[in-house]
Amino acid sequence: MTQNNQETETFKYDDKIVKMFSLATLLWGAVGMLVGVLIASQLANWRMNLGLEWLTFGRLRPLHTNAVIFAFVGNSIFAGVYYSLQRLCKARLFSDTLSKIHFWGWQLIIVSAAITLPLGITMGKEYAELEWPIDLAITLIWVIFAVNFFGTLFKRREKHIYVSIWFYIATIITVAMLHIVNSLEMPVSFMKSYPVFAGVQDALIQWWYGHNAVAFFLTTPVLGLMYYFVPKAINRPVYSYRLSIVHFWSLIFIYIWAGPHHLLYTSLPEWAQTLGMVFSVMLWAPSWGGMINGLLTLRGAWDRVRREPILKFFATSLTFYGMSTFEGPLLSIKSVNALGHYTDWIIGHVHGGGIGWNYFLAAGMLYYMIPKLWNTKIYSVKLGNIQFWTGTIGLGMYYVSMLVAGITQGLMWKAIDDKGDLVYPDFVETVTRIIPLYYVRLVGGLLVFASIIIMIYNVWKTIANAPKEQEEKTFEAPAPTWKTSPTTDSGHRKLEGMTAVFTVLAFIAVFIGTAIEFVPALMSNKFIEINPNIKPYTALELAGRDIYIREGCYTCHSQMIRPMANELQRYGKPSEATEFIYDRPFQWGSRRIGPDLAREGGKRPDFWHYRHMIDPRAMTPGSIMPEYSWLERKKTDFKILPKKLKVMAALGVPYTEDDIKYAVPMAKAQAERIAKGMESEGVSMKKADKQLIALIAYLQRLGKDGSQ
Amino acid sequence: MDILFFTIPIALFLALIFLGVFVFSVFKGQFEDLDTPAYRILLEEKNIKGKNNDSEQSGN
Repeated sequence: MTQNNQETETFKYDDKIVKMFSLATLLWGAVGMLVGVLIASQLANWRMNLGLEWLTFGRLRPLHTNAVIFAFVGNSIFAGVYYSLQRLCKARLFSDTLSKIHFWGWQLIIVSAAITLPLGITMGKEYAELEWPIDLAITLIWVIFAVNFFGTLFKRREKHIYVSIWFYIATIITVAMLHIVNSLEMPVSFMKSYPVFAGVQDALIQWWYGHNAVAFFLTTPVLGLMYYFVPKAINRPVYSYRLSIVHFWSLIFIYIWAGPHHLLYTSLPEWAQTLGMVFSVMLWAPSWGGMINGLLTLRGAWDRVRREPILKFFATSLTFYGMSTFEGPLLSIKSVNALGHYTDWIIGHVHGGGIGWNYFLAAGMLYYMIPKLWNTKIYSVKLGNIQFWTGTIGLGMYYVSMLVAGITQGLMWKAIDDKGDLVYPDFVETVTRIIPLYYVRLVGGLLVFASIIIMIYNVWKTIANAPKEQEEKTFEAPAPTWKTSPTTDSGHRKLEGMTAVFTVLAFIAVFIGTAIEFVPALMSNKFIEINPNIKPYTALELAGRDIYIREGCYTCHSQMIRPMANELQRYGKPSEATEFIYDRPFQWGSRRIGPDLAREGGKRPDFWHYRHMIDPRAMTPGSIMPEYSWLERKKTDFKILPKKLKVMAALGVPYTEDDIKYAVPMAKAQAERIAKGMESEGVSMKKADKQLIALIAYLQRLGKDGSQ
Repeated sequence: MDILFFTIPIALFLALIFLGVFVFSVFKGQFEDLDTPAYRILLEEKNIKGKNNDSEQSGN
């Protein structure tokens, strides 16, 4: 190609931004895992929140998931994408300024998540807990990332778009769409909003998002990184480039349909569940295409895998990717899901993917990039190997303990004796049985956390030993003549580049417009059979519901009774879609660390709840629920209720003008009735304005209308 | 379940976009050569201004 008459261009890569994202990856990885260890310890011993409301499992579990997904894996993706994109395109990033805004904007979003989530400021939707101002910031930063990415792509000097870039493109477009749709919400105040969709509709949108967050945030970009960094690290071409292309296109066409497998046996229409199940099983093939392609790239070099931590991490990462993508379709089969859903099996599954696939791939990638970026050698290969084994043993303990805990608890829930009675009628029995496994998991988690600390030390020493003067290298490549045909000039080239950026922006704009247009029509519930017994929540119950959301009760309690004999006996009549039409957001949950609450209303006296929230073990010996004593001290925010009802009314909940106007006195009257009812048991009437009373009002309403 | 009238079209819409991108890139010749791209990424570039050329030179 290098001919005398061909023009060449010189350029430098922006590696500073890659360095920044790499270091942020390690920092947030350690923070996210530390929070994980803390909440794991709380399940083993309920005292581990130290009596502080900001440290309860319900508030920190969202912080853990957000930190590891969006902060840890997110920063690792940005680091790897910016490193590989520049080299694959033979071009510097589109704009240094946009790169910087991208970096600092993303870190600011993470910090705001770390502040708001412990304070209980949450949407109450899994992996989408952040409130509306932060949602807007995420959209903005993502668009900046998109512009920077496509801008770079269109000034590339290499005509061929390598398979990694295809994975990145799919990621950017799909994540933008998922985030916008799932974050459609109407603000009540600066840090409170209600989603525009309710109940079963909200559930479908949420899990369409939730599943694809796994697909397009934790999988496709990381596969793109795998296709670049694995061949580079071993200095061999990928096993089959053809397979990589086939597996990319098949993967992205199938992934988007699999979301309903999170809602099997719920009130979602059965055909939608079956659709989700079938597509999930189909996903097995393209997923394993990627896994096999990655592992076979390492063929014949297993001696190096034995010696080099980078390749150890990559080989293990791909193995865990294969395991997780086998287990995922398996769990999506309805009969398997009937046992696994709501149990720790799912927790084990996601950590196999999150630690095994994402963390290990990021670790291998950073060990490859960091010495190159700082123009030095890794400080200690031995420490890298120690990190690998610490992490792997930790993950093994984590995964096995959760699998055993999940299957044990699932079988105990289902166990019915010859007479047709539940063998374990007390839910707490099924919890205390698995607590030893929670200790095993805690040790596993501690080892994984220790492994990333080892890595931080190793990287810190590597950078400290690097030459102090670092200058950007200059490279040379042929000018991209393939862009200019004889009929076009270089002006057109620029325009072509701009057009692409505009196309992406236009796509996002059109998409938002379409969504806004569609949404009002979709907020009705025409297709759900309306049950006249189902009434909207009273103002006090709504206040209580928002406390339920704030405390993250959904992280341990489901509100969805599946149509199964054992659940009928344990919880009552199966839940129906019509019962949730006023639920914004839906609170079906995904894990039963405590019992289902869909029909909790009226099962127990108010005073039981009162004492239970202050001292759970007084009512349920052996319970692992934290003490929510602050609910007895904090006052309910009555003043905001008319505003809340107004927003709900705007979203289609049939509150009358009077309901809104007299929301405060009506809520206070209901609170006083509840307090009065408990007066004979020693509860002072002064407690009527406390949050605990509002929460009791909500709990006593749960499932009552629908069970009539 | 009116929401399905929204989600299915947008899922199809997204699929159509990807299909369009796929067809476009096929016609642009992106997938004509499925062998050399795998090798090309392995070629290290040369730092033309530095003293230490630690990496091998690019062939194209």
